[in-house]
Amino acid sequence: MSERLSVFKTYKLYVGGKFPRSESGRVYEVTDAKGKWLANAPLSSRKDARDAVVAARKAFGGWSGATAYNRGQILYRVAEMLEGRREQYVAEVAGAEGLSKSKAAAQVDAAIDRWVWYAGWTDKIAQVTGGGNPVAGPYFNLSSPEPTGVVAVLAPQDSSFLGLVSVVAPVIATGNTAVVVASERHPLPALSLGEVLATSDLPGGVVNILSGRTAEIAAPLAAHQDVNAIDLAGAGEELAKELETAAADNLKRVLRPQPVDGADWSATPGTERMTAFLETKTVWHPTGALGASGSSY
Amino acid sequence: MLPIVPDTLGPTTDALRPTTAGTLTGSVPATNERAGLYSRYARRYARLVTMPTTAPAAHGLADVTASDSTLRRFLHGLPGVDTVGLEARAASLGTRSIKTTAKAYALDLAISMVDLTTLEGADTPGKVRALGAKAVRPDPTDRTAPATAAVCVYPDMVPAAKAAVAGSGVKVASVATAFPAGRASLAVKLADVREAVEAGADEVDMVIDRGAFLAGHYLKVYDEITAVREACGTAARLKVIFETGELSTYDNIRRASWLGMLAGADFIKTSTGKVAVNATPANTLLMLEAVRDFRAQTGVQVGVKPAGGIRTAKDAIKFLVLVNETAGEDWLDNHWFRFGASSLLNDLLMQRQKLATGRYSGPDYVTVD
Repeated sequence: MSERLSVFKTYKLYVGGKFPRSESGRVYEVTDAKGKWLANAPLSSRKDARDAVVAARKAFGGWSGATAYNRGQILYRVAEMLEGRREQYVAEVAGAEGLSKSKAAAQVDAAIDRWVWYAGWTDKIAQVTGGGNPVAGPYFNLSSPEPTGVVAVLAPQDSSFLGLVSVVAPVIATGNTAVVVASERHPLPALSLGEVLATSDLPGGVVNILSGRTAEIAAPLAAHQDVNAIDLAGAGEELAKELETAAADNLKRVLRPQPVDGADWSATPGTERMTAFLETKTVWHPTGALGASGSSY
Repeated sequence: MLPIVPDTLGPTTDALRPTTAGTLTGSVPATNERAGLYSRYARRYARLVTMPTTAPAAHGLADVTASDSTLRRFLHGLPGVDTVGLEARAASLGTRSIKTTAKAYALDLAISMVDLTTLEGADTPGKVRALGAKAVRPDPTDRTAPATAAVCVYPDMVPAAKAAVAGSGVKVASVATAFPAGRASLAVKLADVREAVEAGADEVDMVIDRGAFLAGHYLKVYDEITAVREACGTAARLKVIFETGELSTYDNIRRASWLGMLAGADFIKTSTGKVAVNATPANTLLMLEAVRDFRAQTGVQVGVKPAGGIRTAKDAIKFLVLVNETAGEDWLDNHWFRFGASSLLNDLLMQRQKLATGRYSGPDYVTVD
């Protein structure tokens, strides 16, 4: 039997529902835990970040306007697609993080379960965080959570897949759109996630995935006037400080990196990552309690 | 350069024969045939050997519009357009990298060339006022941003626009002649133009009768443009819209360009912005070549206005490169080159802010119209 030629995969960015190469044309070598070459990944530039923000902004209206139920269905569909490519992710996670096959499989399973968990939250979060407020006056006073807008997400550097899913899913579940900067050393599972998202009814631009030097891509994102929030999960202490300063310019919401103990991505997440990127809108509505004021109507 | 006056006479030998036949005796040619040859000869060389006895035409091409057939012969005598070459040249000029100070210059120049346009059925005086305010001061947070060239509105909105830009130097352009289809009688079109001019429009954007043009009735189109030109008087500059997306071939665009310029257009403009294909680098390049050649032939400079479909600063800068490389620096001025656009201005302003602050700007920081 003749030996087959190896078919290498070209990893590409995922921006606006398409798979472009980096605008800069650059790539960098991705190695496994032992330093063995795995693939070349695009080395994104600030212009890729800019394009991704434009795509995310364009997608925001449709995604945030979709019904929560519909968003839940689409996210569940993503989980279905992830399940179908489970073996691929197990191999990529094992390669990237130097895990045994069974440990990698456990990570992937946890990630898929987490995705399903967040899919269930889409039409429930409003009831948990919103509701009627008691006020001293003839008004209905209602608060409802609304998505913040375009969120830049720096994915965790070590947990290449479970960590990634844990930061991306809560952002989009509530109706935000995301520009994700993949883990610098382990970007392959993130770039493969783009291929799943492209085939699961998720509108193009809702999630945009960039790979490259985190510091290089994150700086323009943090300063970008059209980015509404930034999740610094994947930034080191010094970088996080720098980015938070830059983000202050247009009053971005900033989610600081959680303390090291919190980096156990397998713990039950809670709703904090969703509520971090929600704005509360409160409406006062007159109840028309005319009888109370003595009207004869 | 294009050969401008197609040889409307017979072969050269024909025209020369009378000289050898008639000069020896000095006698008057006897036959009718000979008289015919003489007059053809005279016509051909009259410009070279005699002083003009009548008022000189506006330019040396006046005689090609003498009749439908001379006009057709002239327009069809224009060299055909090399489609592949044209598109390749337009594309290659679009690859220039314009950065830093050159970019800052180009952005400001482009802003100053924008004809800020609103041509919707839903236009209100309020919207036109807002547009006028934006034209005068595009970026309220930065007073160094230049004003746009003009606002472009429907004729009935001219008074509102005029009031909104009063005292600022921003011009008011009005579309007319049954824009955008141009399907109305000449009387209606002229009334449309007069109304706009009387209301104070500084510029009139007319559409040509594409139906007549495509049917080959060039003289009808020519007459219509000259009539509108007359109706504009000296008060208004005339922009002639060809609706290049409906002319179907590059050859037609070249013919329309020459036709418009012969008829006295101050500007030739690609499109109305109301059809699928609007301004493209290729058709704008073609029109820039036409105005360049027209000036070389006649000394008359004509402006160019691509309109519709130009939405990003990057695109606008590509057009400026086309202008500089084709027509030349003389056209790099808002008296001779304009962009018909509305959303383009916001992108130019965002790029300008990016250049000034180093941060990418967003649509929240420019006015939405």
